[in-house]
Amino acid sequence: MTGIIIIFLQKAIAQGIGMLYGALGEILTEKSGNLNLGVPGVMYMGGIAGLMGAFFYERSAAQPNGTVGMVISFVCAFLLGVVGGLIYSVLTITLRANQNVTGLALTTFGVGFGNFFGGSLSQLAGGVGQISVAVTGAVYNRTIPVLSGIPVIGKVLFSYGFLTYLCIILAVLMSLFLTRTRKGLNLRAVGENPGTADAAGINVTVYKYLATCIGCGISGLGGLYFVMEYAGGTWTNNGFGDRGWLAIALVIFAFWKPINAIWGSFLFGGLYILYLYIPGLGRSAQEIFKMLPYLVTIIVLVITSFRRKREYQPPAGLGLPYFREDR
Amino acid sequence: MEKQVEKRADGQAYAIELKNITKRFGSVTANDGVCLSVRRGEILSILGENGSGKTTLMNMLSGIYYPDEGEIYVDGREVKISSPKDAFALGIGMIHQHFKLVDVLTAAENIILGLPGSEILDMETVNGKITELAGRYGFELDPRQKIYEMSVSQKQTVEIIKVLYRGANMLILDEPTAVLTPQETEKLFAVLRNMRKDGHSIIIITHKLQEVLSLSDRVAVLRKGRYIGTVDTARATESSLTEMMVGKKLSLDIDRPQPVAVKKRLAVNELTCTNDEEVVTLDHVSFTANGGEILGIAGVAGSGQKELLEAIAGLQPLTDGHVTYYPPEGGEENLTEKTPAQIRQLGVRLSFVPEDRLGMGLVGSMDMTDNMMLRGYDSTPGFFTNRRPPRELAEHIVDELEVVTPGVSTPVSLLSGGNVQKVLVGREISSEPTVLMVAYPVRGLDINSSYTIYHLLNEQKQKGVAVICVGEDLDVLLELCDRILVLCQGSVSGIVDARSTTKEEVGLLMTKTGKEAEA
Repeated sequence: MTGIIIIFLQKAIAQGIGMLYGALGEILTEKSGNLNLGVPGVMYMGGIAGLMGAFFYERSAAQPNGTVGMVISFVCAFLLGVVGGLIYSVLTITLRANQNVTGLALTTFGVGFGNFFGGSLSQLAGGVGQISVAVTGAVYNRTIPVLSGIPVIGKVLFSYGFLTYLCIILAVLMSLFLTRTRKGLNLRAVGENPGTADAAGINVTVYKYLATCIGCGISGLGGLYFVMEYAGGTWTNNGFGDRGWLAIALVIFAFWKPINAIWGSFLFGGLYILYLYIPGLGRSAQEIFKMLPYLVTIIVLVITSFRRKREYQPPAGLGLPYFREDR
Repeated sequence: MEKQVEKRADGQAYAIELKNITKRFGSVTANDGVCLSVRRGEILSILGENGSGKTTLMNMLSGIYYPDEGEIYVDGREVKISSPKDAFALGIGMIHQHFKLVDVLTAAENIILGLPGSEILDMETVNGKITELAGRYGFELDPRQKIYEMSVSQKQTVEIIKVLYRGANMLILDEPTAVLTPQETEKLFAVLRNMRKDGHSIIIITHKLQEVLSLSDRVAVLRKGRYIGTVDTARATESSLTEMMVGKKLSLDIDRPQPVAVKKRLAVNELTCTNDEEVVTLDHVSFTANGGEILGIAGVAGSGQKELLEAIAGLQPLTDGHVTYYPPEGGEENLTEKTPAQIRQLGVRLSFVPEDRLGMGLVGSMDMTDNMMLRGYDSTPGFFTNRRPPRELAEHIVDELEVVTPGVSTPVSLLSGGNVQKVLVGREISSEPTVLMVAYPVRGLDINSSYTIYHLLNEQKQKGVAVICVGEDLDVLLELCDRILVLCQGSVSGIVDARSTTKEEVGLLMTKTGKEAEA
């Protein structure tokens, strides 16, 4: 029994981290007032970019070095995420296109982009399931030595690759950034009330661009995590499923607070795989169980809208384009 | 009228001096050769009606607008103020009517927003500095409190401290007391007097005479963008200031047919409303509006005009009082706390031209036909709507009111302000109302269009409609209306006969609450 619980916890955390990356990126973006529904697409883009980076490196190098492959794939995933954010930013901030429409378009684009290059990569590798970035993948899956050997605790806490710990550290850093630094304060003001921020001398456009692009870069790492650590360096078309949307639901669930998102992601991850641990479920019952994270989000939304506490509400300027009043 | 001099008698330069400032917006001249000066340790009031250019003038000091002509001197040096940052660098800070604060942040976070400094925030030190600053002038403020938990006067305190924190020693306050209770106003004045003692220069924009007289050292008066003069408060009286403010009556030659068949149509009794911030917006307002008569409503902006019209139209929740409607066919209906739809179902026809034409009156992205349908779509039976009658109505309005538009299928947001107004008024009149309420019906219109609107209102009056017209130009109200109701701070300060009253009388009523006017 203990063994099953440990495995469940491990798998829940493993599921959660990908969503947590997506959610952290989206929190940063939404704090600037941009509702980026393109996160699922950006995660696909980050995932395939990381995989391609590692794949071509390993193919061209005679003796591929795992660490180099890791750096290349990491940078590729982050940068392509930034590119996705840049597309979104130019459209919504500079050209003032509708944020929802742009975000949904970016998701459609990103998923197609990932699947297209994923398919191409499979062809190059010699068939479906043949992509192998074993050397790089091994680096991503390297667990903490010694500590991971501790029974139970080691399994639950220390048996993950570095991306997992990086993600938790990132959440803590982002929380400190938002609450304790001057730039974080400015960013929150931009998302809440861009007019006031502008009047206070804050460059609203720069903050929105940077928050969105860096946020998308972080979301892109979610895709990288999924491909490298979760799937061990392979690609399956539409392999992420709806995890990108869960990342957006997680932002709401966490009340836009990175620390809440950490445990929220574990909860979501647990709920997402719960169906595997309940015996005797049919195919359709499984799908109902997979809905649990969304159900939890809806319940949280209902409860918070009853309580109407301002701290639990989204940034007031979320989804609205900012026009400086014409003089 | 005093002549401005370069230097004061003691040889010290003025803190701020404006010389021949002119600002135009398109063809409208908002400020025309205005001169103004304020000393260190002095409170200067700027007095004027709505649209007299007070705020525009101050916006040029705070860097929001840039003057077309004229010079600005600070401490005797000529300066260029082209952005709010420039103004801050000179020590000029403006507290606007609409607060610029982020709701979910604390007072302290709002105060330091956008300021340079160490990357890691040390809120303890900041809070201490703010408390110290607040204590020095007698403000009460908890720097840790969130803005959304604050009352209006607390928010204003945050705005003032925000300006002081940035080192301003010249403060401009745009109608600071408009949102305050009398007790809060007294507190604010005490604080402002403390700042004066500390050597700060304070400019306060207002149209309340009592405040001018009790607070300021000198008063500058503007009228329709022109500078009328500056007087020492000690030598001014309410009536001398009123005369400077409203000026001599202009003749406009607006037709005013004698009312015929005057009949009670609408009785408003002890109407009281409060807004979200628990401020009383309408205070026991009572009056009757008669069919065959135009009732004008005068008052400085924000005296409760909007709330009054909305309360009658069923768009504003009432705290107290009731509205009774007397249909032409006899009987009476109680309109109190009915929804706009219910009011219409009762056969009560209220036509309402809101202040914000494109916000509440029309849908900008829809064409004229569609906008006509908004009022009549449910009058035809069946599942589908019939577009012919509204299109005919739209075409009729275009012909009748000379609306300049490429066609009735052009989105109304593409029309000019005046034409939008004509579409709106035309639609409201076409529904054959028995009570027609209009707010600022000629705002933004040229002279010819204005006369067209006056003519339309007179036509309605002669048809026996009770017309209620909220206006901002006293000359127009005096010539167009039969009776004028004057609002001041949400209460009725007087109802006068427009034929026999004077502009001074109405002007004085506008600045006095009902109780003061009786006294």
